[in-house]
Amino acid sequence: MALLSKKDTKLILDPLSDDNPITIQVLGICSALAITAELEASIVMAISVMFVLGLGNVVISLLRNIIPSKIRIIVQLIVVAALVIIVDLILKAFAYELSKTLSVFVGLIITNCIIMGRFEAFALANRPWRSFLDGIGNAAGYGLILIIVGFFRELLGSGSLLGFKVLGDPISKTGLYAFGYENNGFMLLSPMALIIVGLIIWVQRSKNKALIEEE
Amino acid sequence: MMGKNTDKNSYTFIFAVIMVLVVGSILAFTAQSLKERITENERFEKQQNILYAMGINDNEDGSITFISTDKVADIFSQYITKQLVIQGDKVTEDDMAYLIDVRREKKLAKNKSYQRRLPLFVGKKEGKTFYIVPIRGKGLWDAIWAYVAMDENMVVQGAFFDHKAETPGLGANIKQRFFMDDFIGEHMFSNGIFKGITVAKGNNDPLNRRKDDNRVDAIAGATITGDGVTAMIKSDIRLYVPYFKTLKSN
Repeated sequence: MALLSKKDTKLILDPLSDDNPITIQVLGICSALAITAELEASIVMAISVMFVLGLGNVVISLLRNIIPSKIRIIVQLIVVAALVIIVDLILKAFAYELSKTLSVFVGLIITNCIIMGRFEAFALANRPWRSFLDGIGNAAGYGLILIIVGFFRELLGSGSLLGFKVLGDPISKTGLYAFGYENNGFMLLSPMALIIVGLIIWVQRSKNKALIEEE
Repeated sequence: MMGKNTDKNSYTFIFAVIMVLVVGSILAFTAQSLKERITENERFEKQQNILYAMGINDNEDGSITFISTDKVADIFSQYITKQLVIQGDKVTEDDMAYLIDVRREKKLAKNKSYQRRLPLFVGKKEGKTFYIVPIRGKGLWDAIWAYVAMDENMVVQGAFFDHKAETPGLGANIKQRFFMDDFIGEHMFSNGIFKGITVAKGNNDPLNRRKDDNRVDAIAGATITGDGVTAMIKSDIRLYVPYFKTLKSN
């Protein structure tokens, strides 16, 4: 027996392309703009969201039959905030360096609309295992876009990847810079992230016409 | 059936109360049981930061590596020869000065009658004396702070910057080597007047060859964080100028 049924696999794979949270559902844009100036930050954010969304979806799914519908949004907020704070405290106690790196992301994770969106749209109506897969899948789809955007912004904006100067040194003019190449400082500002996301949406829709809405 | 019940006001109310109690106690319990470890980690971090500023670290090419936590307490007491607390004209020695909460002191000092306690750490390495001061200010989103090591002429010998929540990839880069290392050799004074160090845009000296211009190169896309750095150096290091003057007259 396969570990994942066909339906389960779909839960993970769909958000990577045809049901991507950023490019199709247009959720989680704020953090996609805010922290993608460097590839490393994008990767850290992707992993953190995957952890919180996977776990949060399971918790919400377990509670789905007892959560009063009138206050479900507050309940969701409390679950995600509590999860994030507990993880933050544990990291502070046992992996202090890591917690320093992640501290900036804590606020961004709690307010990430993908998390609330998946709680609301999926976990409240599905079993824990499927909710878990949905969480992992959506976080992966989100992370994929973050990493693509981070890759281009860091490469074109700072001429480096993960901090390594892959295009040469812009100050002492080595590598590409010796031929008059310059970094595009505009890439480091958030508007360019939006434009890159727009380009990804364009490419995706031109490859898969089914995604284009009927007039 | 379940769905019907959960719509009732009384159920909603009871659920809310129970949830607050449960989540509250879980958080309180976690925080309480981890508190000791966390404060210990924070203490180590301060020692690591202070040592880092005076150039005692395990840095390799471009990396930022602190002295490891199991050794830091020993190395700290070995290199930091004196910890002083400056309060007006009074200078006292205090072995716990590094635990003074700069943020709290800053807040208290808003009340004019309070005389702020200014911690200063004196370190010795290879015959050279370092004076390390902690400073604190505001970035774009939240607090930023630094430890700046200077010689007796207030020429920077090393600096360590940190922040609570600056934007990753932009303002958060004040914590990178390329930014911090630029401060080494910079002067606080210009023709006998305290100028501080300005984080300047304009890219006029990106290699930072001029060390006496009271300027370092800013980070693109991090204007407000950079301005915050300028402001905290001007406001906080200025407070130590009288002490450095007494060093010279002796």
